[in-house]
Formats: sequence, structure tokens, C-alpha cells
Amino acid sequence: MTKPLARPKRKDPLKKTRLPLLPAGMRSRTAHGLTAAAAEGRFQLQVCADCAQVVYPPRDACPRCLSHRLPFRDADNRGTLLAETTIRTSTDVYFRERMPWRIGTVALDAGPSIVAHLHGDLREGERTRLQLKLDKSGQAIVMALPAEDTPDMHDDPQWRELTCDPKYRRVLITDGRTAVGQAMAEALSQAGAAIVFVGIADPWKPFPGEDRLRKIERVETVALDLTDTLSVNECAGEFAPKIDILINTAEHVRAGGIIERKGLTVTREELEIRYFGLTRLAQAFGPVLRARGADGVNSAAAFVNLLSVYALANWPAYGAFSAAEAACLSAAQSLRAELRPGGVKVLNVFFGPLETEWYQTVQPPKVAPSALARATVSALQQGLEDVFVGDVAEDIRARLAVNAKALERELGS
Amino acid sequence: MAADRPRSERMPYDGVVVAAPVTIPYRRYSTNTAHWWVGRAVREVIGAAGLTSADIDGLSLASFTVGPDTAIGLTQHLGLSPRWLDHVPLGGASGVVALRRAARAVQCGDAEFVVCVAGDTNQVDSFRRMLSTFSRFAQDAVYPYGSGGPNASFALITRNYMKRYGATREDFGRICVAQRDNALKFPHALMKKPLTLDEYLGARAISDPIHLFDCVMPCAGAEAFLVCRDDVARSLGLPAARLLATIERHNAFPEDPIQYRGGWALDIAEFYAMAGVTAANVDFVQTYDDYPVICMMQIEDLGFCGKGEGAQFVRANTLTADGSFPHNTSGGQLSVGQAGAAGGFLGLVEAVRQLTGAPLGAAVPDAAIGLVSGFGMITYDRGLASGAALLAGGRA
Repeated sequence: MTKPLARPKRKDPLKKTRLPLLPAGMRSRTAHGLTAAAAEGRFQLQVCADCAQVVYPPRDACPRCLSHRLPFRDADNRGTLLAETTIRTSTDVYFRERMPWRIGTVALDAGPSIVAHLHGDLREGERTRLQLKLDKSGQAIVMALPAEDTPDMHDDPQWRELTCDPKYRRVLITDGRTAVGQAMAEALSQAGAAIVFVGIADPWKPFPGEDRLRKIERVETVALDLTDTLSVNECAGEFAPKIDILINTAEHVRAGGIIERKGLTVTREELEIRYFGLTRLAQAFGPVLRARGADGVNSAAAFVNLLSVYALANWPAYGAFSAAEAACLSAAQSLRAELRPGGVKVLNVFFGPLETEWYQTVQPPKVAPSALARATVSALQQGLEDVFVGDVAEDIRARLAVNAKALERELGS
Repeated sequence: MAADRPRSERMPYDGVVVAAPVTIPYRRYSTNTAHWWVGRAVREVIGAAGLTSADIDGLSLASFTVGPDTAIGLTQHLGLSPRWLDHVPLGGASGVVALRRAARAVQCGDAEFVVCVAGDTNQVDSFRRMLSTFSRFAQDAVYPYGSGGPNASFALITRNYMKRYGATREDFGRICVAQRDNALKFPHALMKKPLTLDEYLGARAISDPIHLFDCVMPCAGAEAFLVCRDDVARSLGLPAARLLATIERHNAFPEDPIQYRGGWALDIAEFYAMAGVTAANVDFVQTYDDYPVICMMQIEDLGFCGKGEGAQFVRANTLTADGSFPHNTSGGQLSVGQAGAAGGFLGLVEAVRQLTGAPLGAAVPDAAIGLVSGFGMITYDRGLASGAALLAGGRA
């Protein structure tokens, strides 16, 4: 049984912070099919398009019929743990400081044998389900879990190395004035975060939901204005070393395309809050997060971007807004590469129109802020990199994968 | 495929012999390059045979650390002008494979004197660097899983074998302890201290159930031998061992979910038939001993006992050079050290010494027929390459 995680003690300020190390991150190009699946929490393996053989490790020719058509497809993740070993001596520094480390050989029901990391509650001879995860290097690995959930299984040390579980972690939510920010604070508190800092610009100005927000357990409001570099830097100066998960909830939703806008005022505001706000956060908090990627139970774990799914494909009805979101998405890709040396994940949460005042005229289905918050917590607990929340976001993603040009025409009509 | 298609038949190795067995004494770490080790071994072979570089018209190289060079670069480096050249990147199977290719070249007249050489250096940290890039499958699907190297991979194979056949750590210990006994008499062995079964059992765990004395020690070194015709060897006054039969197989039994047998099991009937002997005629066996479980698999798959009876077999026999089943008579890699690809030559070179009456350490009494087995290249979850050779001394 997994030993429940103990609340980490206050850090001794004189103690050296352990520098982040990464497991070996080299992969063949083909193996990144696993990375793509792991990023979204799917279990996909190559399945031969000609003979249906399930293939692992990733190959460029089917070992049964030599076909080169080996697409990654959802696969049955069940199997049996044939043999396990506890590694006590490793040639790699990352694993050396995490010894002992268990791995095992799993015979997948679908065919191939897979060498996998083992969850602590799984024993030799037992049935198992496999999941693809991203390790600290950002690359896909296979983790073998017990066939059924076990108590406190998320606290398993090998599992927690792969996730960004908010339990006992310290969170910063950058904008608590919005319904999404408040829902996020509630969800993170419920998920066991040690403390949830919630940024409020101009704290003297009252806002709807304020009383409720302040009553949430372990929530503490802090002054933070993403449009003000000084404010962001001051907040980081005081709190950055205590932040393990940063969730940027800043939003600025205004309808309209590019041509109708008179001048740059609104567009500038959009960029000020979204793109420049993200840039200010990244510059102020990023270096500290990256340096604290291996800082014990409450190591820095994730930088979360809430992104409109129209960052992926512009919706001209909200055309200028979509463009600003696209800028944030592109920045997030850069952040991923920049934070990876610390083992800190960048989670992009894509969503469609929300049940908020700024999407008043948009037809349903819309996403409730609480659903967006729950999905974000779940994605952190699973260690995902990309998550799509709600029917519209899923739909856009699916249509984009089939025919990006068709989607462009459809969104523009 | 037509069932009545003509089948090819193995030709015997008429008159092919192995001579001039050479070991360049191993070192734990070396500041020298692989080229240095290979060069020394080639020089010793040529010297032992009373030849000159100009006589050498065939060269076969096995090395993990000679990069960026391959065999061709070594011809210019060593000043050789062979008309037959081979590079055998097969690790623990490279000795047997180099021999069987060289034997056909000599038999058919493509070359007269083939020097087969394996050499590797071992610099601090070179082992780790090799592991992480050993194969594409290792890079994608093994090394990121704890980076335990072959210790972890063979731990899984060992664990499964123990569970499947009831073998115990004591059984593997018998193999390791007997090899240490042999090694104490072998001057080049890096392990100089006796090993008891209690010490074996009490050693620290490396990757359960693999413990310290189940593991080879990576080191630097080189091994080499000469392949030529028997009449040529006789004219030079060179003691030599005759090649009776060989087998080679790669990626055997891919459907086994975890490895419990090797390619030998597929080809064993042909192997003994070609040599005209049976397992009962074999006077000593040099198995490839990267881990004792693999020795046990070879003992089974090469027909010395039934599948799964390896543990019983090692309990019932003494495995020292003077025992009922002389095995890895120089101490094997477990006690001599694993000098990279030279580990795939060590048993073969030792066999030729035993069969030509020139052992450097413990002698197998009345050794007439020896079996050498090779195994190697765990690119994902199992060793892919396997091979074996039967050799006969002057009296057989």
C-alpha cells in the first residue's frame, strides 16, 4: 500500500536546494508518437495498418509483415507483470539520487512485452494497466499501475515524479477577479494544495465573489497586476520561491475581428493582459520555477496556461482575441523548452466559450468555470501537457486534425 | 514457399584450424585507445605464428570503442593489406561469428591467414556513455527506465527464469564460485581473491535478484586468434585446434514474452550432427557468462540437460577445470573481467589453449573436444545473438 505523503516541513533556508536533473531524453523520431499520446494522456501504440500487429518498441517496419504503415492508435493497455527488479545501482545521476527504482517486464494482452516503470502497489505476477506519461525530460515513458486504483496511489514516489499533483504544493492563481480564477482557487484548495495564492489587481476595488473567495480554505490573496511589470516583479520577489504551480487565469475576451476595430486600443489591451502578462509572469517566475524542479515533495511542477481553443484555429467572430490567444500558445511552446531543464511542465488547457458574461451572446455548449477548474486539476494530477475541456474544444481539435483548411472555412462562415 | 524446394546442406569445415591464441592482460581502466589494444593483440598473433604483417591477408575486428573507425580504418592504422576484411559488431557472439566467417574464407581460399581480433578500451565513464546509445531500442525503451544497464535487463530475465524453473541464487552462485576457483590459477584474471558461496550470497544487491558477484567488471583488454588451414599450421609448426562445427542464430523465439532460451535450441541438432559428436563427448564448455542465468540457459539449450534442468545440473556437477563438467576454465568474464567485445572472444581463445595443451591456468585433464558458446547484444529486452563452435585438439 502506498504510504500517504507527509506534509513537507518548512524548508531550512540554509540547506542547498537540490539542482534539477533529467533522465535520458534522447528519442528516435518515431518514438515521439508515444510522446504525442502521453501529452494528452492517451495510451497509443503503433498498430500495423496491414496486419494489425501491435508493435513496441516503436519501429519503422512491422516485425510481422514488414509493412511501413505503422500509425499510432489507441491500444488496450492491460497486461500482466511477468518479472520485476529493484534497481539499486544506476549509471545515471538522475536515477542515482532516486534509488531504489522499480521496473518490470509487462506482457501486454495485445501482444508485445513492455519494460515499464512500476507503481509501488503493483507486484510481480499481477494484472496491470499501463499508462504513457511524460517524465521529467518531457519524453514519453510507460508506467505500470495496479489493475484497480489503490488508496493514496497518487502519492507513490515514482508516480509523483511523473505528475504535477497539487497535493501539498503551493499554487499561484494570477487573477482572482474572474469566475474562472475563483473556481480555480476552490478546486486547487480541494485538491490538497498547501496554500493557494490568488492575485488581485487593485485590491482596494471590490469585485463579485470576493467574500466567497476569501472564505476558501488555505486561500491567500496577493497584490498582482499582470499589466504592470513592477507589480509582477514585486509579487515574484516575495512569493516566487514558494510557488510550485503557477496558473495564469488572466482573461480578456472581446468580440470582433481585426477590421472593425478602430485603432489599437482594444488590441493593445488584449496583448497587455494576455501576451505581455504571460511574458511578465514567465520572466519573473520562470527562472525560480526552473531552479526548483527537484526541490523535494513540493518541488516546482507546472506552469499552466488557460488558452482559448481558438488559439489553434482563428474564430473571426472573436478574431483579434483569437490572435492574442495564438500568441500565448506560441509563447507556451517556447516556455516548454525553456522550463524543461528544470523538469517543470507547461500545461496548456484549451477550452471553448465559457459560461461567463463575456461569452453572453454565444450559443451553447459552453464550459462552466468550475468544469474548467476541475479539468485543470485532473490534468495536473495526471501530469498532462495538453488538455481539451468541453465539447467545443474537443470538436475543434478533432476537426483540425482531419482538415485544417476546412475548419478555417467553417469558422469563417 | 514450395515444400519440395531444394534444401541447402552445411559443408564440413575440412581442415580449418584455430591457432595462436592471444590474450593481452586486462586492466580495469585504460588511458590507451581501442586501437592500441587491438594493435598489441594482432602483433602477438603474428609473432606467435612466426609470420610477418605482409603474410596476413585476412582481418576480422570486433570492438565497441574503436569508433569512429571500423575494420577498414584499422588496416591502414596497423599497416596491413588484407584481401579479406570483416567487422563483427556482435558483442558476446563476435568470437564464434568471426571464427565461422573466417573459417569459410580460409577453407575456400579467399584468404590464407585471417587474424580475428577483439579489443576494447575502458575509460572512466565510457561504459555509461555506451549504454545510453547502445541501440535505438535501448535509447527509446530501456535506458530511460532507471538506467540500470544490462544489470537491470538481466535481472528481469533472471527473475523470470527463477520463478519459471525454481532455480535459486545458490544455483547461480555455484557457477560464479567455480569460475572464481578457475580464475585464481589464471594469471590474467582481474579477480584475485577467492570467493565462497556465503560471500556470493551476502554480496550487495545491484538490481534484484542480481547481486554484485553476478555482474562482470567492465575493463580494457584484447583477445585474438589466427584461422588458417591445418596443413599450413603444421608447416609452421603451430599447435592448433580443428574446427568441427558452428551455429549462429539471431532474434530467435521473438514470440517469447521474456527470454528463457536462446537461439542454440533451434540449431543444436545440426550442430552436433555436423561435428559427428554428441554433448556426452564434450570435455569442457566455455559459455558466455555475462550473467550466470545465461550460462544455465546455454547448458540447457546446448543439450547438456533438459530445459529447466540447469539448476539441478549445476547442483549435480562440479564446474571447475578438474570437475565433472569443466566450465569457463580461465574464470570467464565474471572473474577475468569483461573487456568489451573481447568478452566474446575470451572463451574461444581459452578453448584453443586447452585443446593445444597450453593453458595459462588450470588445465582440463585429457581435453580433446571443447565447446564454445557466444551470446550477446541485448538491444531491447533480450540477447539477440547466439552462436556456438565445437573444436577438437590433436588427439580427438
